[in-house]
Amino acid sequence: MCDTCGCGPGSEAVLRRPGNGTGHAHDLHADGMHHHHHHHDHDHRSRDPRERKIGMEQDVLHSNNLLAERNRGYFEARHILALNFLSSPGSGKTSLLEKTIPLLKAIVPVAVIEGDQQTTNDADRIDALGVPVIQVNTGTGCHLDAGMINRAVRELPLQDNSLLCIENVGNLVCPAMFDLGEALKVVIISVTEGDDKPLKYPYMFHEADVCILNKTDLLPHVEFDAARCRENAMRVSHGLEWFEVSVKTGEGLDAWQAWLEKQLGKR
Amino acid sequence: MHEMSVALSIIEAVDEKARLEGAGRISEIELVVGRLAGIDAESLKFCFSAAARDSLAEHAVLAVREREGQGLCTACGSSFPLAFHIAECPVCRSFSVRIVSGDEFFIQSITIEEKE
Ligand SMILES: Nc1nc2c(ncn2[C@@H]2O[C@H](COP(=O)(O)OP(=O)(O)OP(=O)(O)O)[C@@H](O)[C@H]2O)c(=O)[nH]1
Ligand SMILES: [Mg+2]
Ligand SMILES: [Zn+2]
Ligand SMILES: [Zn+2]
Ligand SMILES: [Zn+2]
Repeated sequence: MCDTCGCGPGSEAVLRRPGNGTGHAHDLHADGMHHHHHHHDHDHRSRDPRERKIGMEQDVLHSNNLLAERNRGYFEARHILALNFLSSPGSGKTSLLEKTIPLLKAIVPVAVIEGDQQTTNDADRIDALGVPVIQVNTGTGCHLDAGMINRAVRELPLQDNSLLCIENVGNLVCPAMFDLGEALKVVIISVTEGDDKPLKYPYMFHEADVCILNKTDLLPHVEFDAARCRENAMRVSHGLEWFEVSVKTGEGLDAWQAWLEKQLGKR
Repeated sequence: MHEMSVALSIIEAVDEKARLEGAGRISEIELVVGRLAGIDAESLKFCFSAAARDSLAEHAVLAVREREGQGLCTACGSSFPLAFHIAECPVCRSFSVRIVSGDEFFIQSITIEEKE
């Protein structure tokens, strides 16, 4: 088991659709994602083994990257704008989607993939908005990977010329390493976190295309320097789009909304 | 970092390759890890034996070759060592720095023992 995030081996992601009022979720079939368990006989080890060195030069995330490219090709061919939302737990990913989607779905079909270790709580919140949603429960896994998206997409009624929002597992560390095939990565940070967060998690911010500073309504109550946070983020990733919003009061959301609509126009 | 599932991806890749090559077991895995790759080599080694269980790499030695970061300033053309993603050119203070090396993370080679 991994000390940092508690992820462990043998975890299998489970896809779920929000339950119909009964509170329990329906597990979708989980083919194609099982880990192979290779059994081999330890007694047949050679006494005089012929050792051989084989060059591989293979990217460690090779298989994830290949699948991510397949997802990306699929999204591009169908003009689906796929966004990967990333943040620490509780920064406001689901809340942002709850505010953004009702306005957007008037313009464009929207679908959502929710990633969480457990529960369908977030998928239930999205389901209430009346857009298609699939919950991916990663179990002990602390991030979504391209294979999970590949499976989830087959279960979602995706339309051409649409928007797909993927909410990753709340974690600023490893989701940065796993390309899902998204067009853009959107990282969210809230003012209850430290304004040095971009420096503490440079890898995530370096990979991000957009950064949203959320919960600005709390700025009077916390010691958080928004300008310094922005500066720190820009140091790690210079092309970063920056938004400051309060999902709670709606402040700043119009700029984010306008930017999103512009991206949708570009597909 | 996410070393456990990264370790599992490594095992899956080397196990597959070794089987294709008709290996009985893998004795060594050589990895190249850049300092900017977002991977902590120590925790990776720590996760490794658990990840390797029941694979051809179960008793393999993990050799990690770390690679230093190197940046290139696109404003003034200076190149300099980088320890971090935060790249400010030490010469002209520009932030437009390209990472030239140090973000690589790949399996360089495996050493296998062939089946009898
Ligand atoms: N004050 C304030 N609270 C907010 C704001 N946005 C979200 N919250 C609160 O922050 C908490 C977490 O919000 P979520 O949207 O569930 O966060 P999340 O990032 O989806 O969380 P995980 O999925 O668990 O990682 C909730 O209690 C929200 O009501 C905001 O702008 N201001
Ligand atoms: Mg959420
Ligand atoms: Zn992870
Ligand atoms: Zn982990
Ligand atoms: Zn310079």
